[in-house]
Amino acid sequence: MQIKSPEFKDNARIALQDVNLQKALGNLKAGFPVKRANAVERMPEFEDLRDEARDLKNHILENLDVYLEQFESKVVENGGHVHWARTSDDACKTILDICKQVGAKTVTKGKSMVSEEVNLNEYLEKNGVQPVETDLGEYILQLREDHPSHIIAPAIHLNLEDVSEAFHKHHNRPKSDDPAVLMQEAREMLRKQFVAADVGITGANFCVAETGSTIIVTNEGNGDLTQTLPKTHIVITSIEKVVPTLEDMSLFLRLLARSATGQEFTVYNTLSTGPRREGDQDGPENFHVVLVDNGRSEMVGTELQDMLRCIRCSACMNHCPVYGAVGGHSYGWVYPGPMGSVLTPQMIGIENAGLLPNASTFCGKCESVCPVRIPLPKLMRHWRENEFEKHLSPKAVRWGISGWGFFAKRPALYRWVSRSSAWFMNKLAGKKGRISRLPLAGGWTDWRDMPAPEGQTFMDQWKQGKR
Amino acid sequence: MPNAEHTPRVGLFVTCLADMFRPTVAFATVRLLEQAGCTVEVPEKQTCCGQPAFNSGDRNTTRDIAKMTIEAFDGYEYVVGPSGSCIGMLHYYADLFDDNDPWKKRAEDLKARSFEITSFLVDVIGFDQIKAAFDGTITYHDSCSGLRQLGIKQQPRKLLGKVDNLELAEMEEAETCCGFGGTFCVKYPDISNRMVANKTENTSASGADTLVGGDLGCLLNMAGKLKREGKSIEARHVVEILAGMLDQPAIGEADAKRYELAKQV
Amino acid sequence: MSKAEILGNIRRGLGRGEPTAQQRSAAESRLAAKADNLIPKRGQLPHDEQVKLFKDMAIEAAAEIIELDSTSEVPMAVSEWLHKMNIRELVSASNAELTEMDWSALGDIQRVERVAQVGDMASITSSFAGIAETGTLMLHSGSESPTTLNFLPDVHMVVLHKSTIVGPYEDAWKKLRAAHGGKMPRTVNMITGPSRSADIEQKLQMGAHGPRTLVILLIND
Repeated sequence: MQIKSPEFKDNARIALQDVNLQKALGNLKAGFPVKRANAVERMPEFEDLRDEARDLKNHILENLDVYLEQFESKVVENGGHVHWARTSDDACKTILDICKQVGAKTVTKGKSMVSEEVNLNEYLEKNGVQPVETDLGEYILQLREDHPSHIIAPAIHLNLEDVSEAFHKHHNRPKSDDPAVLMQEAREMLRKQFVAADVGITGANFCVAETGSTIIVTNEGNGDLTQTLPKTHIVITSIEKVVPTLEDMSLFLRLLARSATGQEFTVYNTLSTGPRREGDQDGPENFHVVLVDNGRSEMVGTELQDMLRCIRCSACMNHCPVYGAVGGHSYGWVYPGPMGSVLTPQMIGIENAGLLPNASTFCGKCESVCPVRIPLPKLMRHWRENEFEKHLSPKAVRWGISGWGFFAKRPALYRWVSRSSAWFMNKLAGKKGRISRLPLAGGWTDWRDMPAPEGQTFMDQWKQGKR
Repeated sequence: MPNAEHTPRVGLFVTCLADMFRPTVAFATVRLLEQAGCTVEVPEKQTCCGQPAFNSGDRNTTRDIAKMTIEAFDGYEYVVGPSGSCIGMLHYYADLFDDNDPWKKRAEDLKARSFEITSFLVDVIGFDQIKAAFDGTITYHDSCSGLRQLGIKQQPRKLLGKVDNLELAEMEEAETCCGFGGTFCVKYPDISNRMVANKTENTSASGADTLVGGDLGCLLNMAGKLKREGKSIEARHVVEILAGMLDQPAIGEADAKRYELAKQV
Repeated sequence: MSKAEILGNIRRGLGRGEPTAQQRSAAESRLAAKADNLIPKRGQLPHDEQVKLFKDMAIEAAAEIIELDSTSEVPMAVSEWLHKMNIRELVSASNAELTEMDWSALGDIQRVERVAQVGDMASITSSFAGIAETGTLMLHSGSESPTTLNFLPDVHMVVLHKSTIVGPYEDAWKKLRAAHGGKMPRTVNMITGPSRSADIEQKLQMGAHGPRTLVILLIND
């Protein structure tokens, strides 16, 4: 996927003017946050579950190597294979090799953000293997040659007309504007693909070290058909998804659906352990797990380690006013919203993604809904510090802050600046009480008036004895 | 409640926005603190809490400002300010120093003594003898740092509930950010604008004639937008209403209103 | 190569080399203990209340429930339901519970024991457990219970015994470990209602890729 994060500001400006996108984003705002709030209300232990989940994730990360090796040995014990992929390229090559070994022409895919992260589809296509996305949202995007703008609702940026148009173009059916009819169309089209595919690729929400199982969590059932019908099942996932036991997995499952869609539980929670067993009439004959690193192992032991707790529920973006205003594509890479603003700089470099951790008011809403209590604003601030230290912040910001800092550290000078500014702006406003155009503050006055200062500073008046 | 024997000595953290833009807010805070039986002093050595540097990633400048502020408020029983955001910043100081740095302990000590005004009145000294009246319907914007960092939600509402004639009409999404975000509003002006436009829309829909909040940054942003949109809704800091200091025109309002207001009273 | 680098990075981050026996012990004891974490109150009700909770939650998740007094009533109930829906074929799992039933009540409906295929209208399977806290069924694969039966047909009918309903997920895992000597079947399905998607404009539509209808035949045993 092409990196467009350096153009975040332009992307955002265009997104804000895109009437259709704004309409689509309205659906998000009215949906997920309300449903999550209802689900939380029905689970009195929710806050305690969040605490436990945070602590458990911290324990896992402190023992990550042990759990990963345990997981690997259990997968192997059950007749499966584990492949470790340091980079995106490693992951793509590994998967292509497996596809070639089994002579695969087409692969079906369940929804996987890690596969987006490593840009798997493009790689497979270039090398003669046709990937077919089977999640309804991902399928729509594939037809449109588009990318997900949200980690669990990939086509959230589209409206009914867009889907209707795409299906009409590719399905040779009469155009419909009934979502039920459109879904039925996709169902029929994909049935053939499920059966024809040589390989099925899914992600994994968790990898259970105790049993060597991977689990997918879906509402549609596409992931299950993807991993049951073809001869080979490949799981592409990342190293931080390992959990110790089934009991531990259950703790996260209780939080995941409620935080994500606001459901009590997702429709299908399916564990896969190795290939089909002797006597089984269906299920894959080969089972592979590709464990992707892609910069994650370097986060261990750093301030960013907390980010590895993420269970990809999307609550942070669902509640983020910035995401809600500009949508996921503005962020310019795979992971949008607050979690993306922390992860993306790690994966594509702060020099490419510096605008993302700055695109936050630090309102704290994301942290307040995160099921594993990731201090997202703190981590975004970490990147800003990193930028500042590396002299990557824009010059205007650096100079502005150091100039301001010079005064802020000197109370007498600061008084003088405040006094002069208050006087100047008060005069500029005249009787109107506000300023509609202020030099050097175009960012403010392009959109709103600047309320005028009263005139004299508090400190001056206080010194003069006013009470 | 403070008793006759004990008069809490409070250092006022003025906040740079109140100092420069709206001294009324600081005076109103002083009045409320005095009504609550505190003696109020204003340490000379204070400037800004350091948030612009902190949020721009400049840790060194932030640390310098933190040390200055910690020293300025040494010895006060309490440090109180009319902003959840600035007081919230004071609470972050402890994160700036290593565990073995002696400043860390001092920063933690400051954190334990620092309170936003409405939370100080309600949670710390249990004062609710508000003597004020306000003829109108207000709606309340919960500023982010106050709400999510300091847990300020019911405190201002409880105090506003004691104001004669005042009606409260809650808006939709009262807890959603107004888009100010300090330097955010100049770094990402068009996103900020969208967020504040959502806020003024919700404000209008509430039917209130006055928008009230506890942070001047947010209030300047929202008042500026309301005025640009030509709306008649006024914006005021919560302490102005609680202290009954309404002589000053509302935020961003013309002076002429002052006379109208005087006529009404 | 990759593995060594990844584990090396992690260990560097954790400030240690390969874990010593003592450093492994925290993880190993957790793996051995398989201890419960916090289980919500609603997962800890007495059994009769769990049954009620299961029913409520399953219905909320849009499953249909048919209550029966014994397994012998299953064929008639299935027959009536399929006839009402005008379905004339039933693909069935081949486990003893199902094969031992007297299916003559099906009449003109043909029951076949095989894996599911594209175009199948209805399937019937047994289940391993019901989980009350969210109205969830637990099924698993085996030589007599192919997984495709749970996903390909339009209608999935599942026999569930009240006696197998547990409160929380944790109890179902314990039951599963006990039944399989600690070894997991290839596929374990937790199913809560029929398939759905809200990928088009966030409007919920039932019947995406999996069954459009989930019928639970709840046996009062």
